[in-house]
Amino acid sequence: MVNTRVTLCGVELENPVIPASGTFGYGREFAELYDINCLGTFSFKGTTRQPRFGNPTPRVAECPGGMLNAVGLQNPGVEAVIAEELPALAKVFHKPVMANVSGFSVEEYAETCAMLDAQPQVGWLEVNISCPNVHGGGMSFGAEPKLAAEVTRAVKAVTAKPVIMKLSPNVTDIAAVAAACEEAGADGVSLINTLLGMRIGLKTRKPILANTTGGLSGGAVFPVALRMVYQVYEAVRIPIVGMGGVSRAEDVLEMILAGATAVGVGAANLVEPYASRDIVQNLPAVMEQYGISNLAEIIGGAH
Amino acid sequence: MKQGRYTIIENSPLAQELWRLRLAGDTGAFTAPGQFLDIRLDGFFLRRPISVCDWDGEAVTVIYKVLGEGTRALTAYEPGKWLDVLTGLGNGYDTAESGNRPLVVGGGVGIPPLYRLTKQLIAKGKRPAVILGFNRAEEMFMSDEFRALGADVIVTTADGSCGIPGFVTDGVPAVGAYSYVFACGPTAMLRALDAVIESPAQYSFEERMGCGFGACMGCTCQTKNGHKRVCKDGPVFRREEIVW
Repeated sequence: MVNTRVTLCGVELENPVIPASGTFGYGREFAELYDINCLGTFSFKGTTRQPRFGNPTPRVAECPGGMLNAVGLQNPGVEAVIAEELPALAKVFHKPVMANVSGFSVEEYAETCAMLDAQPQVGWLEVNISCPNVHGGGMSFGAEPKLAAEVTRAVKAVTAKPVIMKLSPNVTDIAAVAAACEEAGADGVSLINTLLGMRIGLKTRKPILANTTGGLSGGAVFPVALRMVYQVYEAVRIPIVGMGGVSRAEDVLEMILAGATAVGVGAANLVEPYASRDIVQNLPAVMEQYGISNLAEIIGGAH
Repeated sequence: MKQGRYTIIENSPLAQELWRLRLAGDTGAFTAPGQFLDIRLDGFFLRRPISVCDWDGEAVTVIYKVLGEGTRALTAYEPGKWLDVLTGLGNGYDTAESGNRPLVVGGGVGIPPLYRLTKQLIAKGKRPAVILGFNRAEEMFMSDEFRALGADVIVTTADGSCGIPGFVTDGVPAVGAYSYVFACGPTAMLRALDAVIESPAQYSFEERMGCGFGACMGCTCQTKNGHKRVCKDGPVFRREEIVW
């Protein structure tokens, strides 16, 4: 029997597998397909203070080994999430959930986080300072260590729950941003959000995405994500949620060896609806195959 | 929704850039005409959503148009091979309020899902009139199949090479009285149709999709009842909720 348990910012997870925000809605669609209690937890759809429609369509495009999205933080707003989504989730998911929060000002981040702090179902706040698909917010906070620290401090001031800052790979030095978040009191960091990219339609000779650019995810980004987790692990002592292109139990182990305590599964959920469940199921056998008996013992093992 | 392996029993050209694909496997997830399936293809990250033309206990039929590299690659799959498919996606048409003389209107590659719909309407004792719109006679397909079901079929062609010259809207006066409208086709066609019809209606919309089952928010549209996902809350919407 192998041990897949890990502790993420003081909260124990049965296994490290966490469907990533934006690929799992508020859990409903997947709860129709399988018992989502098999997951370590999941991070719900990026939620803002006010409801958002998001960007015009087309919002998705494809590329070898991955996809681009420019959804633009469509969500019903935190009040509807608390009034409707969380009660619906409570019926099908009995573990603490990770609440993903985005915003357009420091005050908005803090206000939304304060409202979610009051929800017993929420185990962690994952603060998205890295959305590449909105203007005037999102990624701009994650691009500057100073701004990232400012959001971290504002959120920490309003919550007792662990705060995980979700970082953008679209920066020169992600380790510096991670270190600034840690310095400002973050309990953890998650990385990577999507990489900024685009496609052009040959028939129209115009960008395929209505937003022109979008975030790249899927297997194509895995080596980039892994490298960044490895670098951030050297720069901080707080736990890391590693994500980006993870689609197999083997990828989970690589991420953990690079320094991740828990591992996000993103775009894989969108093409293989059972991907996260299958990774959880396959993990023990793959651990055994590589002579790993206790997952927690190999965190950062590649360093 | 169900995920499964489906064996190809037919994959053959039907008309210009149109192919018929028949897949043997579990069809239990299909509950209404107008639903779609989502096919995984080797070498492509996203699945390809295709509306369902018909199904029985053993197999499902789709008719797809070669629109890009993915559908082009699909034409090379030969009978005997299997495909990883999500089935029973989307809401489909609700035929409960069709009345006795429903009007079924399809344009181009929007036509296939209307075949099952028409079949079901006839099975319920309705007398559907069907308008099928094409650009030109060489692109025509399935009109004989609709006639074989027992429907009254009107063909329109934009270049006038067959049937009534013009668009599907030019076929509407020939129908006479109708009780309800079911339509599928390009948004421009649906919008033009909506401007001339005088009954309740349901329209099936197309949108570029990510997942096809409601998770990614890639295909969201605005409706009078709020944000809706074309893949999960649609692709069929009622006339009164549409924001054009």
